[in-house]
Amino acid sequence: MLGTIAKRTMTVIPTLIGVIVVTFLLTRVLPGDPAVYFAGPAATPQSIADIRKSLGLDKPLPEQFVVYVNDLAHGNLGNSLATGQPVMTEIESRLPASAELTLFGLIISMVIAIPLGILAAVKQGSWIDHTCRVVATAGVSLPVFFTGLLLVYVFYFLLGWAPAPLGRLDVFYTAPPQVTGFYLIDSLIAGDFEVFRAALAQLILPGLTLAIFSLAPIARMTRASMLAVLASDYVRTARASGLSAYRVIVTYAFRNAMLPVITTLGMVFSFLLGANVLVEKVFAWPGIGSFAVEALIASDYAPVQGFVLTMAVMYVALNLLIDILYGIVDPRVRLEA
Amino acid sequence: MTDIAAPIRPASGASALYRHARYVIGENPVTGLAFGLFVLIFIAALVGPWIVPYSPLASDTSETLKAPSLHHLFGTDQLGRDIFSRVVVATQLDFCIAIFSVVLVFLMGGLAGVAAGYFGGWTDQVVGRIADTVMAFPLFVLAMGIVAALGNTVQNIVLATAIINFPLYARVARAEANVRRESGFVEAARLSGNREWRILFFHILPNVFPILVVQMSLTMGYAILNAAGLSFIGLGVRPPTPEWGIMVAEGAANIISGEWWIAFFPGAALMIAVFCFNLLGDGLRDIVDPRRRT
Repeated sequence: MLGTIAKRTMTVIPTLIGVIVVTFLLTRVLPGDPAVYFAGPAATPQSIADIRKSLGLDKPLPEQFVVYVNDLAHGNLGNSLATGQPVMTEIESRLPASAELTLFGLIISMVIAIPLGILAAVKQGSWIDHTCRVVATAGVSLPVFFTGLLLVYVFYFLLGWAPAPLGRLDVFYTAPPQVTGFYLIDSLIAGDFEVFRAALAQLILPGLTLAIFSLAPIARMTRASMLAVLASDYVRTARASGLSAYRVIVTYAFRNAMLPVITTLGMVFSFLLGANVLVEKVFAWPGIGSFAVEALIASDYAPVQGFVLTMAVMYVALNLLIDILYGIVDPRVRLEA
Repeated sequence: MTDIAAPIRPASGASALYRHARYVIGENPVTGLAFGLFVLIFIAALVGPWIVPYSPLASDTSETLKAPSLHHLFGTDQLGRDIFSRVVVATQLDFCIAIFSVVLVFLMGGLAGVAAGYFGGWTDQVVGRIADTVMAFPLFVLAMGIVAALGNTVQNIVLATAIINFPLYARVARAEANVRRESGFVEAARLSGNREWRILFFHILPNVFPILVVQMSLTMGYAILNAAGLSFIGLGVRPPTPEWGIMVAEGAANIISGEWWIAFFPGAALMIAVFCFNLLGDGLRDIVDPRRRT
């Protein structure tokens, strides 16, 4: 088993090299001279040349690439122009906020989508099946920033149930002492239920927004895979042996039907990480997405590059994790590998 | 002739397709509805700027933040601009961004994929590697990076949207070309002395084309969503240009003070357009490729 995991991990290396090359090329080869930009409007040709030299831009491209990779290996993503801070520290301090939001969204999404998909398959052609189809199609059609704003209007302005969409915690509360960086978990560790409730209240609307967006692929895949499994021989055998409907569906069908769903999670994460940026902007969420958006508007390249690289590395890691998980859940994959 | 014989007679290509299309639309009225919406969007994109009641850029300081009324169907924004006019005029830009990016990705991904599937070997390796590298990024994040690096313009939004869809097209085209490379008509073309490139363009491509067209209509909705998302975070389209994504962003601040209409109508237009393209894509797939019907 460990050998399989190691082998699978090795296959990530070419992908990671590709990712690093692309992020490097994104800022080096393309039109626009960073040296001119850094030198400012009052630059002389001499000062531009000096800056080019100090940034290492006068060296040939392969050499620049080596320097870039070396910096990456030392955890150096450059400094932000706007704040002067190293991009790495900024991303590190903001990552938990994004991770908490994304995972919370994913959990809500799975809690809704998987039962919906199972019910749609078990009662194929019923109103639940039709609801599932409509929800799935509508979910992918809704622009995620629009869903977020609608939820804010209904639950904050009209009903007053949700707090103002401004960040992770209302100003009246102080953040719990950092252990995991997830406010929900940290507040529980600190035993502060007041803060837990407040953090949860802030998290619900953005989490729900992400969930609505990512629901569709999970629900569709669950339904399709349940339908395939329910038509299989072993389910027929289980039924013929007189097992209860609950036992057949949950023990026999559901476990096997979950395998393709786990694979779909890779695509869902691609959706979620992208949508996260938009949701963070709508809810003024202090995560890495809103950090990148601010930097984008100010043409501050180092944070954007750092952000794209971080997201890509996380996505590659998540896909690896999903593959390994798949191998653990399904022994057949292990044998073949 | 008898009435019984008529339905069995095999119809010629075009009329068979028409009949099949009518059958599919009759079977699934939603596709008909989507087609109607598509015509409406197309007309708005075509003649929008000439039929709207107000200029999309004209502000009127006496009429700011007015709720929807008969006078201003969708209300007015902070500058007193008529939102109905802006939403209708914006159709053109959003539609064009989607069309151009989809055509561009068809040219890049479709052709690369067909070549990869037909030639195999190193062509296949290179195209596969490029597709894998693009797929290694969360797609919207890659689009942000591309627009940030290439420059903040509408053309680059089109290019970025095309690039992130590249793997999808390359894979579909590759698979379809690959199953046809050894088929009878290709062998026949080769035996009659056609060169490889000629076979690729005149024998393989026309056969793969319908499937790629379905792919194009399926990705149209995603392309619009992606472009609107980029302009929502301030990339590409600049104010005061009317565009759905940026209009939602302009109205976002007013949501918490209750002026819902500024963000709602452009957002709803966006949603309806995407919904329409998704349904239309599904319908088109049922016509062209009934096996993949779900």
